[in-house]
Amino acid sequence: MNIKSIALVGAPNTGKTTLFNALTGGRAKTGNYPGVTVEKRNGIYTSNSGKQYELIDLPGIYGLSGRSTDEKVALQHLRGDIKTAQKPDMMLAILDAARLQTHLHSILQFKQLGLPMILVLNMMDMADRDGLKIDLEKLEQLLGFPVVGITASRKMGRKALEDNWDELLQKAKLPTTAETTKLSELQRQARKIAKNTIQQTSTGRDLTRLIDRFTLHPILGPILLLAIMFFIFQAVYTWSGLPMSWIEAGVGWLQTMAYGIKIEWLASLLGDGIIAGVGSILVFLPQILILFGFIIILEASGYMARSAFLVDGLMSKIGLNGQALIPLLSSFACAIPGIMAARSIKSERDRLTTIMIAPLMTCSARLPVYALIIGAFIPKTSVGLFNLPGLVLFTLYIAGIIFAILVAFILRKTATKGPPQHLLLELPGYMIPKLMDFIIAILSRAWAFIRKAGTIIFATSVVLWFLTSFPKGGSGIRDSFAGTLGSWIEPIFRPIGFSLETVIALVPGMAAREVVVAALGTVYAVKGSEAEIEAGLASVLQNAWSLPSALSFLAWYVFAPQCFATIATVRRETNSRKWTTFMVTYLFLLAWIAAFITFQLSSLLLG
Amino acid sequence: MIYARMTNEPTNLDQLAQHKPAQITGFEQGKKPLVEKLREIGFAEGDEVEILHRGLIGGSPLCVRLNSSIIALRKIEASQIQIVLHP
Repeated sequence: MNIKSIALVGAPNTGKTTLFNALTGGRAKTGNYPGVTVEKRNGIYTSNSGKQYELIDLPGIYGLSGRSTDEKVALQHLRGDIKTAQKPDMMLAILDAARLQTHLHSILQFKQLGLPMILVLNMMDMADRDGLKIDLEKLEQLLGFPVVGITASRKMGRKALEDNWDELLQKAKLPTTAETTKLSELQRQARKIAKNTIQQTSTGRDLTRLIDRFTLHPILGPILLLAIMFFIFQAVYTWSGLPMSWIEAGVGWLQTMAYGIKIEWLASLLGDGIIAGVGSILVFLPQILILFGFIIILEASGYMARSAFLVDGLMSKIGLNGQALIPLLSSFACAIPGIMAARSIKSERDRLTTIMIAPLMTCSARLPVYALIIGAFIPKTSVGLFNLPGLVLFTLYIAGIIFAILVAFILRKTATKGPPQHLLLELPGYMIPKLMDFIIAILSRAWAFIRKAGTIIFATSVVLWFLTSFPKGGSGIRDSFAGTLGSWIEPIFRPIGFSLETVIALVPGMAAREVVVAALGTVYAVKGSEAEIEAGLASVLQNAWSLPSALSFLAWYVFAPQCFATIATVRRETNSRKWTTFMVTYLFLLAWIAAFITFQLSSLLLG
Repeated sequence: MIYARMTNEPTNLDQLAQHKPAQITGFEQGKKPLVEKLREIGFAEGDEVEILHRGLIGGSPLCVRLNSSIIALRKIEASQIQIVLHP
């Protein structure tokens, strides 16, 4: 027998996902809608009477206009316009009970979708606390379809829905089509119904508004935001240390196992190629997960929207939206979660611009590269209050930020040009995130990352291994395909002061930025453990490179998109080959120009 | 900038002083799609609005209480909403 599919429909922050997770027991299938980066979640709910239903958690929608990509997809799904997704049999429309008056008109709009509907008023406990009295029976009478009040986060709170499930479903008849489709008229009707069913004794949300007096305060607000961001960054770097060393040790152990294989090429493919390549990305998993964890908490607690409010004035000056803050800040740890977090930006052009500049934020994979070169070439003298190496590192960070601002500004005047984008964002009431929702969200993101490391990075590692290991018989990497490739493109890098060895190292360095350190070790034939390579490499580079070459190399790494995982993420999130190509091209171009200017200028001044 | 209007002459939401509850009377006619978005998120004639917070730079964006919801919007968006102060 065909099981009934039921779509959960409603505005953002109404507790839709909490209800979905609770009803499906957290066992959901996640995927993407075809051709877009909107997440699709469905799961099975078994009702008290033992019958099974398919539940679909749709992206939040306020009405039928479909402002952003995810809203459009939600509406297409409800109308049955998506080939791979069947039109749902009915809808559970979810409203935040405390905001019933403001949002009731959206329910009258949903009626026009022509699906049987049940109205679920969620967060009744909060509404109660706000002194809101809702006459559910009368509401049901006036609307003409079943209404039920619940508190989705508690089992007891869901009783009204779960105990009466069969009866509610039976009562949910096809709606009689509304007489009017004009939004203003629907609003008038909705307000009238609300007036007859709600008794309100206060404006509500007292606690939220009290907290807002601090978090949105013109002076305290930004200070708090800075403090939160600072804490997150500290956590990303300090908490990740231990698990990262575990992963490194695990990768090392696997490599030793691989080297033990008798067939030489297989040992090399596994050890030097696949395990080293995938391991070089997996080692960032702890940082990425900590970052994702904080993003999820910021989102679920209601603070994310506040941070957007606080910085929107500033961000709009460079043509961006306040919602770009979190994606861009995340990119300082790793561009991948940053680019994925950009999904929350409603305006498509703002989202694209944000993705395009995210790789300019100095991610943590650049730090080993910077550390090596700065350690080898920049003397530890002090300049006023600061020491020179610290100052150079700071300059590299700032250079990325300044160019991100410039690129965003130029993009908004050219490629992503258009009328000013709007900021129209509901600030949800503060909430303590639900542990179950948190775990489900972080697991699904961790899985998405590992899946990517397991496929794209896997394939890349194999290709790069092949390039650096064949043809056989030569005297190492110089005679390999990577070496040949390096010598072909070497003339391009001559004006920026890169030696042939450096260029060869850039080829495997496409896997991830910090891989170039190990690759330089290989081309300069430095042997030993990781620490020994770094120490040995520093002295080798001091002899092999001039100071202008070293500075040029640093400038290159501020811009160069030497990270396949990032490029693959951009490809998936923009769903556009054109934009991905554009990003890679402009970043390489900027990298070359910056390195050229750095090399020529410093040669002139120092030479 | 003078936001404070003590009389109940009609004005627009971006001109409203902080913490002065007002009532929505209508919308500007020029920008239809924007007004539609404002309606969809919940702004409607007769609703109560109050400015809770303003951004530091040029008083934008605004944080507005709409009935019992809280909504962030920029000045351009707010200027589409016509209001009168509560008498």
